[in-house]
Amino acid sequence: MAVITYREALRQALTEEMERDPGVFILGEEVGRYQGTFRVTEGLLQRFGEMRVVDTPISESGIAGMAIGAAMIGLRPVAEFMTFSFALIAADQLVNHAAKILYMFGGQIAVPVVFRGPAGGGAQLSAQHSHSLESWYAHIPGLKVVTPATPADAKGMLKTAIRDNNPVIFMEHAKLYSTRGEVPQGEYTVPFGVADIKREGRDVTIIAYSQPVLLALHAAQKLAETEGIECEVIDLRSLQPLDMDTVLRSIHKTHRAVVVHEDHRNVGFGAEVVARIQELAFDELDAPVLRVASADVPIPYARNLERAAFPSEEDIIRAVKRVLA
Amino acid sequence: MRAEVLVKKALPDSLTPQRLVELYRTMLLIRHFEEQCAPAYRQGKMGGYMHVYIGQEAVATGFIAHLRDDDYMLCSYRDHGHAIARGTDPRRIMAELFGRYTGVAKGKGGSMHLVDVERGFLGGYGIVGGMVPLAVGVGYGIRYRGTDQVCLCFFGDGAMNIGPVHEALNMATIYKVPVVFICENNRYAMATPVEFASAVPSLAERAKQYGMPTRQIGGMDLLEVYREAEEIIRHVRTTPEPFFVEVLTYRFEGHGIADNPTNQALYRTKEEVEYWRQRDPIVNTARFLLENGFATENELLEWDAHAKQQALEAVAYADASPEPPLEELYRDVYTDMEVQEWR
Ligand SMILES: Cc1ncc(C[n+]2csc(CCOP(=O)(O)OP(=O)(O)O)c2C)c(N)n1
Ligand SMILES: [Mg+2]
Repeated sequence: MAVITYREALRQALTEEMERDPGVFILGEEVGRYQGTFRVTEGLLQRFGEMRVVDTPISESGIAGMAIGAAMIGLRPVAEFMTFSFALIAADQLVNHAAKILYMFGGQIAVPVVFRGPAGGGAQLSAQHSHSLESWYAHIPGLKVVTPATPADAKGMLKTAIRDNNPVIFMEHAKLYSTRGEVPQGEYTVPFGVADIKREGRDVTIIAYSQPVLLALHAAQKLAETEGIECEVIDLRSLQPLDMDTVLRSIHKTHRAVVVHEDHRNVGFGAEVVARIQELAFDELDAPVLRVASADVPIPYARNLERAAFPSEEDIIRAVKRVLA
Repeated sequence: MRAEVLVKKALPDSLTPQRLVELYRTMLLIRHFEEQCAPAYRQGKMGGYMHVYIGQEAVATGFIAHLRDDDYMLCSYRDHGHAIARGTDPRRIMAELFGRYTGVAKGKGGSMHLVDVERGFLGGYGIVGGMVPLAVGVGYGIRYRGTDQVCLCFFGDGAMNIGPVHEALNMATIYKVPVVFICENNRYAMATPVEFASAVPSLAERAKQYGMPTRQIGGMDLLEVYREAEEIIRHVRTTPEPFFVEVLTYRFEGHGIADNPTNQALYRTKEEVEYWRQRDPIVNTARFLLENGFATENELLEWDAHAKQQALEAVAYADASPEPPLEELYRDVYTDMEVQEWR
């Protein structure tokens, strides 16, 4: 096991897949000469040349469409959005094209494309640069949506995404890029649709994904140390496909659950998780399942307001205590 | 003797009289196919939106004539003619329009989403201009593999006013993709005339700013389209670089099945339609064939009857075909995973 950053893990995945498959190429704004806005693609232009590491103009629809078109004839493009807030410009390409082409053409044209980049906020980026919106993508049949939280998952899941024959929305998080973690040596992949129990516990199930997994782990640690409450932290890792089995097994043990995400609470992905829990395990529940998420407001700039808008460790601790009350 | 000399002048070198007859018959088949659509629609055999290509036949026919088997093309929802010109079985096209399992997309796409992967036809698309960025990706893929294939991308005049098209045209030049952007200017986007919707009335002029060669050509004369398309596609294949061509054409029927003559009176006159009908590409070509002795009156009648017969057979085939089985609802959402059925 080597300890590397989330950013390095992504870069390793890209490098290994580009070495393995000559059809894999990268495109996006500032991915080449500038080495990537968040330095994920550092060194790749030098290594693979400009046909395979393609700098683009600021044209999100063009980038997405170009990636889809190349995928339709069998290449494996990895398109980087500088952030997922800008992917809104490309919404039509993602929703009406990438997600629909296989189905509306009767299963005859696959679209093996990856759209990756940072989602979320937390660095005082304010209203227009702090979106997550993973629930929008998970809402669309035809897209796979994954949200790794650790370097090991980031690497293994990016490799899986690149090998997948379907469009994959691969959501990173700006606050995760410099986090470190152990990554297995050598070749490995992490499958989609398999949640990961990041911490075992018997009292309450905390379900999270992406950066809030780290928040949940901190909250669980604190609850264990100060209150003796043992939380089980489940990292969904992938939202579509969604592994409810792992969630339900945990609820059979704890009978209580809290769902945590950074996206807004209203019609957020947590609503789907809660709905499925009550459909599939209503009788197992000893308390209502609660959601911890961003306030339903545009994300403000001021440090104190932004902090109040995003879910915090304290919010999770409070929710856990409430489901235990 | 004299006539033969004239003929040699009029026909491009690559176009034998036999090939011209083939293309003429393709246009006839498109026309008859389209003419069967409205009645079938009214009988409730089809649903949804349905846009016919009557009047524009020379455009798809003249361009697609120059494609090799391994070339690609994409187009808008007004796609029946393009599929027929590419050689897709009209019976399977009609079956798709009928929503039948034997259709080109198993009945899951309908009129707007025809496809023929074997012939490099990567589909008809319902979002105006949405497939233009895809064509850049196809072109990039061709360059990436280093082959000399080309990709044709057909779209309407209305598509020139939507952002992604302009992102795509710009990127096409940046990456020197071998794509021919074919803007079929039929004067209207639904009821909106080009002069109203485009700040610069010449669409070729607008495209010039993207640093690729552009051209405006007539679209009502098969020979003109054929000749221009031959040059343009050869250029794109050998250079390679993208090319933008504005083709001046006209749709004789309404925008879609719902755009009946009463509606059409809101935006165009009968005289205008009549003016263009006088320039019917099928009538033109028939006259040319007759005048040059490439066809007799009898042959013309025979070919017309044969095309109509093919269209009727397509309807009969579609009508006799089964609906897709219900399992199809959940198929093809992903290549590799089942979608859960919620009941
Ligand atoms: C993005 C988008 N906006 C609106 C529509 C509705 N619509 C369908 S066809 C059409 C007109 C398009 O005209 P044009 O591009 O000239 O093509 P034509 O129908 O003349 O072949 C419109 C507005 C659509 N399909 N997509
Ligand atoms: Mg038009």
